[in-house]
Amino acid sequence: MRAETVLVAGVTKSYGRVCAISDVSCELREGETIALVGHNGAGKTTLIKLMLGLIRPTSGTVKVLDEDPASGRFEARQRLGYLPENVSFNLALTGRETLAFYARLKRVPLASIATLLVRVGLGEAADRRVGTYSKGMRQRLGLAQALLGRPRVLLLDEPTTGLDPALRRSFYDIVAELRSDGATVLLSSHALTELEGKADRVVIIDRGAKIADGTLEELRRIAQLPTRIRLRVTEDAADRVNEWARTSGWRRVDGHLLEIDAGPDEKIRLLRSAASADAPVADLDVIPPTLDELYAHFLGAREGGG
Amino acid sequence: MNNILIIARKEVQEGLRNRWVFATTLLLAALALTLTFLGSAPTGNVGANALDVVIVSLSSLTIFLVPLIALLISHDAIVGEVERGTMLLLLSYPVGRWQVLAGKFLGHLGILAFATLLGYGAAAAALATMGGIVEGGSLVAFAKMILSSILLGAVFIAIGYFVSALVRERGTAAGVAIGVWLLFVLIYDMALLGLLVVDQGQLIGGSVLNALLLANPTDAYRLLNLGSGDVSALSGMGGVAENAALSPGVLVSALAIWALMPLAAAALVFARREL
Repeated sequence: MRAETVLVAGVTKSYGRVCAISDVSCELREGETIALVGHNGAGKTTLIKLMLGLIRPTSGTVKVLDEDPASGRFEARQRLGYLPENVSFNLALTGRETLAFYARLKRVPLASIATLLVRVGLGEAADRRVGTYSKGMRQRLGLAQALLGRPRVLLLDEPTTGLDPALRRSFYDIVAELRSDGATVLLSSHALTELEGKADRVVIIDRGAKIADGTLEELRRIAQLPTRIRLRVTEDAADRVNEWARTSGWRRVDGHLLEIDAGPDEKIRLLRSAASADAPVADLDVIPPTLDELYAHFLGAREGGG
Repeated sequence: MNNILIIARKEVQEGLRNRWVFATTLLLAALALTLTFLGSAPTGNVGANALDVVIVSLSSLTIFLVPLIALLISHDAIVGEVERGTMLLLLSYPVGRWQVLAGKFLGHLGILAFATLLGYGAAAAALATMGGIVEGGSLVAFAKMILSSILLGAVFIAIGYFVSALVRERGTAAGVAIGVWLLFVLIYDMALLGLLVVDQGQLIGGSVLNALLLANPTDAYRLLNLGSGDVSALSGMGGVAENAALSPGVLVSALAIWALMPLAAAALVFARREL
């Protein structure tokens, strides 16, 4: 088991009567990329602020790199990168000056910032005022400051908002690099779909409570979501098709298409019957549950459970 | 310690870039030079020492302007950064909140000191080149005036931070800052004067008056600069100053306390603030 970098144990955070986070526990390990998924206002940012020590938990403990982040000691913060949601900078300074300021605070050699600016695609714009930057460029400058000093833990709050697809791809390349370097990367997002293949583990939170935690495969297994099988039937006699569809429980989409939602245990049986020689089937598609459906399932399960 | 200097440096850098330093210096220099030329006209070459006249006019200018400039720079320092979202990122760095505050204080005070030194210094230099009589004693009084003006600026920067740490919105901070300025610069003295007239010396003795004067940093500044030496006769403050009998040491200490207390309070409030 890889070493643990962030530990959140039984943490509750309430503002007056409003409970932003209730009894959340999770641990993040080195070399792991974790997706923190939840609706806007579910408590993602609050959880990240707790890990940063910007707010104190009402109860429970938070440990980041073996240090209480709210203790006022800063060894851990030296090795921590943070990209806030809607990052903003002083507009009067240039990108290079801004990055130099943060590098000084982190005791990172200033020689490294030129390379960093090029890495996030701001080499050309480095000496322009941040005020002239587009939203995507500010986001990239935000990413650059989070990457200062080879961080061991990166907390990125909705990092890809405002990035176009090409930049998004280069962003995930950087994340993959950091992961292979052994850093813990926490990505928060309100959509699960975008993170497919990017995250080793998914933590779903809803209204301040953790409702799922595991790899995508584990979550799929837990959710037991049906796989949709869709058939295009042959141009045979309509009667025979109707008869066949009715006995196996297929429902009609239109004149030529049939579909069924197959649970994991009946999937193979249904596929065999559809592929058998006497079935009036011309074509067949298997559509696994999408991540959005998976996400909706976990949210719905909590809804149903009370 | 290093962190404080890094943040102070950035404040100065921003001040230079958004023309705060330039505008403040220009304003103070323009007003100081105007007062110098207007003020020296009636005295001519005889009578009062020209520099003493300038000290009187510049002190009066300082009482109105320096607190205003200081509050303008400082009222936004915390709540503004919190609202813009830059504070969130800054505090995720290995830097303490008190260091952020101390760094900003140093930076803002540096800007104000630079503007005062250059602006008022220009007035003294202009006077000297015009061949006005500049005595050693007056020069010392002038230097003291500049230093105490910077100290008065420090007081109002600190008060501005305290306001900025307390409120939730920038607009509120601006409103409260204007209120603070009105209170200390205008209302307090009028109320005090009214009180003295009504009281007719019945209840308010010397020691109570002293306390009341020390309770307002601008009064402490006024007594410090207008209440002693040749200047006191010119300013008409001699009477009050003699009765008040507050030594320069006491007045400077009062100003220093007035700077440190709001700063400490701001640090305390800021440390507890949740972002």
